[in-house]
Amino acid sequence: MKEETKKAPYRVPIGPNHPALKEPVMFTFEVEGEVVRDVDFAPGQTHRGIEWMGMRRNPVQIVHLTDRICGICGVVHSLSFSMAVEDVAGIEVPERADYIRTIVHELERIQSHLLWAGVAAHELGFDSLLHLTWRVREDAMDVIENLTGNRVNYGIVQVGGVRRDILPEQHPVIERCLDRYESLLGTLLSFFLDDATIRARCRDVGVLSRENAIGLCTVGPTARASGVNVDLRQDYPYAAYGDLDVRAVLPGQYLGKTHGDVYDRIVVRLLEIGQSCQIIRQCLSEMPAGPVTAEEKLPKLLATCKKAVGEGIGRVEAPRGECLHYVRMEGKDSPAAWKVKASSYSNLMSWIPMLRGAQVADIPIIVASIDPCLSCTDRVAIVRDGRREILTKDDLHRLSVEKTRRLQG
Amino acid sequence: MTPTDVAVLAASCTALSLFALAAGLLLSGIDRKLAARMQARVGPPVWQPFLDTLKLLQKESVVPAHAVPWLFNAAPVIALASSILVLFYVPVGSFPPVLGADGDLVLVMYLLTLPALALVAGGFASGSPYATVGAQREMVTMIAYEFPLAVVVIGVAWRLGAAGISHPFALQSIAQTPVWSVTGPLGALGALVLLLVLAAVTPAELSRIPCDTPEAETELAGGLLVEYSGRNLAMFSLSQAVKTLVFSAVAVAIFLPWNISSLLAVPPALAAAADLLFFLGKTFAVSFLAVTLVRVAMARFRINDLVRFYWVYLPVAAFLGLVLLMADVAAAHLLGVIP
Repeated sequence: MKEETKKAPYRVPIGPNHPALKEPVMFTFEVEGEVVRDVDFAPGQTHRGIEWMGMRRNPVQIVHLTDRICGICGVVHSLSFSMAVEDVAGIEVPERADYIRTIVHELERIQSHLLWAGVAAHELGFDSLLHLTWRVREDAMDVIENLTGNRVNYGIVQVGGVRRDILPEQHPVIERCLDRYESLLGTLLSFFLDDATIRARCRDVGVLSRENAIGLCTVGPTARASGVNVDLRQDYPYAAYGDLDVRAVLPGQYLGKTHGDVYDRIVVRLLEIGQSCQIIRQCLSEMPAGPVTAEEKLPKLLATCKKAVGEGIGRVEAPRGECLHYVRMEGKDSPAAWKVKASSYSNLMSWIPMLRGAQVADIPIIVASIDPCLSCTDRVAIVRDGRREILTKDDLHRLSVEKTRRLQG
Repeated sequence: MTPTDVAVLAASCTALSLFALAAGLLLSGIDRKLAARMQARVGPPVWQPFLDTLKLLQKESVVPAHAVPWLFNAAPVIALASSILVLFYVPVGSFPPVLGADGDLVLVMYLLTLPALALVAGGFASGSPYATVGAQREMVTMIAYEFPLAVVVIGVAWRLGAAGISHPFALQSIAQTPVWSVTGPLGALGALVLLLVLAAVTPAELSRIPCDTPEAETELAGGLLVEYSGRNLAMFSLSQAVKTLVFSAVAVAIFLPWNISSLLAVPPALAAAADLLFFLGKTFAVSFLAVTLVRVAMARFRINDLVRFYWVYLPVAAFLGLVLLMADVAAAHLLGVIP
């Protein structure tokens, strides 16, 4: 007995605030020596009630609220929400607007992946690489500022189109940035993939098998790094992606073999930077002329939205994976329902199989490897009498049954 | 000892302690500045560590509720005192070691482990899970790097002994007879290997990247030091700065002990000052190559990778150096240089 109590795993809490976590989430690790035996986590620490705010505003106002769901995905949420509203109201987006949306969307992917790469390097204790990646990230930020007027919270997407056109004199600015990234990509790949210490820390660390990736409904680079061929841009094209050739980036294409580890997630994200450059180039050369918004006059746009009845969804391949917005309109100014499902929501559960059996030293890089965005994810926090409550599957089922009975009268 | 001797000794020890603190902080300032420049940052001014220390000394020192207070408070004092103490046994420039007659390289090696042991004790005494994991890692790191370090020290001293030096472990005699001056080409190669091994041990001894696992900011939130604040933290950071200086000074004494005053036509009054500056230059260069350059070019080791590196690869290299030194002596015997 004495032996057992001595050897019993001890608990290490990590979070809600910890240097390894860029956003608040609460982890509880069962640790034995340096090995993680089991792990549980509790999100919901950064719930801000954005949906609640949105349901008291009209769609044109909500678009700017969606910009603020996430600090990095400035275009993902607004695009996804606009697509949902356009779906309900039957608004046809002009082709040129679709191309501009695509260009900004891909520039955002470049800066997001570079930001992630820097964070990953920092988690590994490789600060030189963090500073270098974040320095080259500035190029993308500058171009985004040039196109939209903002570095974050771009405010470029509007229901029915975009708020700014890309002028001919802005093309060389974008192209210069793309040239720089395309020439840098080889260097970045060799910095991250050929470095012995990074390889030792990332290869076969945080492995997510293909079966688990599918079973846990992971999305985006996390799923692709495990060899799951999913990418909304290829599977369910939106905006201008139907006209472009986009194929999901899989680690097997580059390395010949899929491990599903942190290393593969680095590979996928870095290669997607190159892919985004190609997509933007193609957009720039094929962009048709025409208006950039279906309805320039906001009162008229609002009237169209107000008349709309029904439900719609918008799905977008965010840098982290699929982002989904659901909107139901019932002929009022503000939507009757608005639900945001960010990509990290689908990816968080994959932490559990990745972290089990990992070393304490690997926790930060594994947690970072799915590029979690918790302020995007946190939609609900239940606090009753000053205590936090967790709803289980049974509770949710009971609540749904009760609600259905209520609706039936 | 006459009272005058005691007074002189006390005065020189005080002077040396102040020198150690100032030079250590300056060294860490230079390290931060150079690392920043290599990372494309501006970096803090060179005197930033002085300001940091001053600020920390004015701040409250919090003792956590779960801590063992006397051990928690004693650890930083022991760490700082033992770091400074090492310098009393190491030649500084052309000054012989202050306490050189009473201790040798073996004592220095034991003293060098003291700050790390104090850190471990302080970590365990903090009563925080992060500090406990950090303390365990620090112990494992110590066990890992001590062996290659011992091989280096013994190898050099043995070669000096084989060359007929009377007190081969005394740092003064090591410094007076550079190992390169007694070896042939084979031995020089062996000594070079040992020098590289010593350089590889340096980051682990000083807990810097890639061997900063015990503190690992992103993993353990500062690990060993997580509960320390104010005066106690200032003493630990001072001890870290002094230890960096001292370890480089030991490396300089073993492998690069030359003085500059005999080579340059310096007036005798300035000879000591010139030697001191040259000594500082050497220690800063050693610490730049073994600490700063390494820490900007690598990611952090996992503790098991660290142990493999220091138990498998480095001892193999160290033994290779040792074998080369032995071959050198054998060759000298065969050629009849040594009767």
